[in-house]
Amino acid sequence: MIGLELYLGVSAVLFVIGVLGVLIRKNAIVVFMCVELMLSAVNISLVAFSASMGDVHGMILVFFVLCVAAAEACVGLAIVIAIYRNNITADISKINLLRW
Amino acid sequence: MEIINDLLLFLPATIVAIGGLTVMMLDGYKARSRTIYTTTMVFLGIALGVASWDLLMQAPELIFSDMAGAGGTAAFGTFIVVFGTFFTVILTHDYLIGVKHNFPQVYPLLMFCTFGMIVLATANDLVTVFVGLETMSVCLYALAGIIRDKRLGVESALKYFVMGAFSTGFFLYGITLLYGATGSTSLPEIGAYTDGGLIYWGGVSLLLVAFMFKVSAVPFHMWTPDVYTGSPTTITAYMSTAGKTASFVALVLILDRAMPFIATELTATFSIIALLTMILGNAVAMVQDNVKRMLAYSSIAHVGYLFVGLAAGSVAGYSAVLFYLLAYTFMNVGAFGVVAYYEKNHDVHFNNVESYAGLGYQRPIMGVLLSIFLFSLAGIPISAGFNAKYLVFSAGIEAGLVSLVVVGVLASAASAYYYLRVMVYLYFREGKESVSLIEPKKVYSFSLVFLALLTLYFGVVPGGVTEMIYGYFSDSMLTATAP
Repeated sequence: MIGLELYLGVSAVLFVIGVLGVLIRKNAIVVFMCVELMLSAVNISLVAFSASMGDVHGMILVFFVLCVAAAEACVGLAIVIAIYRNNITADISKINLLRW
Repeated sequence: MEIINDLLLFLPATIVAIGGLTVMMLDGYKARSRTIYTTTMVFLGIALGVASWDLLMQAPELIFSDMAGAGGTAAFGTFIVVFGTFFTVILTHDYLIGVKHNFPQVYPLLMFCTFGMIVLATANDLVTVFVGLETMSVCLYALAGIIRDKRLGVESALKYFVMGAFSTGFFLYGITLLYGATGSTSLPEIGAYTDGGLIYWGGVSLLLVAFMFKVSAVPFHMWTPDVYTGSPTTITAYMSTAGKTASFVALVLILDRAMPFIATELTATFSIIALLTMILGNAVAMVQDNVKRMLAYSSIAHVGYLFVGLAAGSVAGYSAVLFYLLAYTFMNVGAFGVVAYYEKNHDVHFNNVESYAGLGYQRPIMGVLLSIFLFSLAGIPISAGFNAKYLVFSAGIEAGLVSLVVVGVLASAASAYYYLRVMVYLYFREGKESVSLIEPKKVYSFSLVFLALLTLYFGVVPGGVTEMIYGYFSDSMLTATAP
């Protein structure tokens, strides 16, 4: 039997990897992948809490998270395509019309 | 049937959602742009009527198995959101025709976004807050970049999306930890939990950080000026009023219902955030030449004033925040409306304050309206902005935050500089070239005049509304003092 702490630990580590990825990586697509990683990390915690408490609310929230992640990816990729057409780049450090 | 009854109590959101689907279908069947606009206005008009009725008549109660609320703060938030949307749609229609990008898709997106905002403002459960917040945010990302062939707009959409999705991750982690610590996602049940512990405090802080991202409080404000500058002007008005209102109402509900026992412990944090936000927002706004960007920084400064009300952590503070949001919606939609009018007469980059030189005499009514809105934003007496600031600051004094309020008042006095600067250009500078402004449409100027009248009205007689808002918190766990 694996304890709750272990699940939470894995989830926290994945979340931190996601956060670091968003902050460090330059490619917009990779940044999206890191955001998805953050959401998935949260799902692990939710399911673990839910199972350990024997309460279904957490698991239901996971389905909402999946839907939202899909919707976000959809809009996000559309924006990347739009910006690629205007700029011919997906490198967010080169997208810098607006400063201060 | 309980579900029918609940849906009736949730009628404004239901109407807006059905309206959004209808308008989307009309667009699919290639209806004329005029038809789509009219249908949108009809649905929003009905929703606004129902929302006003709810605001005046509906007693507070919980619906959908305690997932959402009706009446009270929920009705108040719904009213502001639908009101803001109604006027945004009028202005957006004209603006998008003016800049020759009349996309019919903007109307269903605005409707779905409004639905998300209503869900957010009426939530009584963290799951509902999450769904509402995301429905709103995803639509706003698309709206920010709706003019797809403008580099500036698409770039601001990308920035908004990355920051928004990032903060969603924090928000969700916060919910999860709170759920793990308290065993529930319902706001009152979380509020009943008093044991503390690492997981609980981790959840609280992540949740608050995510909200500060969404309402753009310093140090999580970086995206705001860029997004507000790059988005179509009327959409910026929408984000900064209806969007901010929904987020702030949800934040007040979470603080009031889910964290009443730690309100005093959060005072220090909120005070620091308020201080930083007021100072930075006002200081950077002073050096901006672009009017839209100036208004974006001014909106950050206003978030600072709102946080003074949150820092007070009392019923007086929270009701002051709600009144502030109402006043801010009137004056900011109005101010952006006039800016959008000036902008569409030229090209999209016509936002530099110098190009406003002498425009005040060309169409006197627009100049006067902009002056009224800017006076109100600066907090000059006999305007809604003055009363809103007065309420927030007096709540701060009551809670013993005297030094914070002193800084707030000084910052607010300093803010008059950059608001008045626009007026100086409007009236006291000679225009370099003769710019001819086309006459605004009747509907356009009537809506702006209406907003200006409301701004002035709430500057003279705020009494009834503040007492009504105060009544919403009558069963609050916080110590209540008379207004």
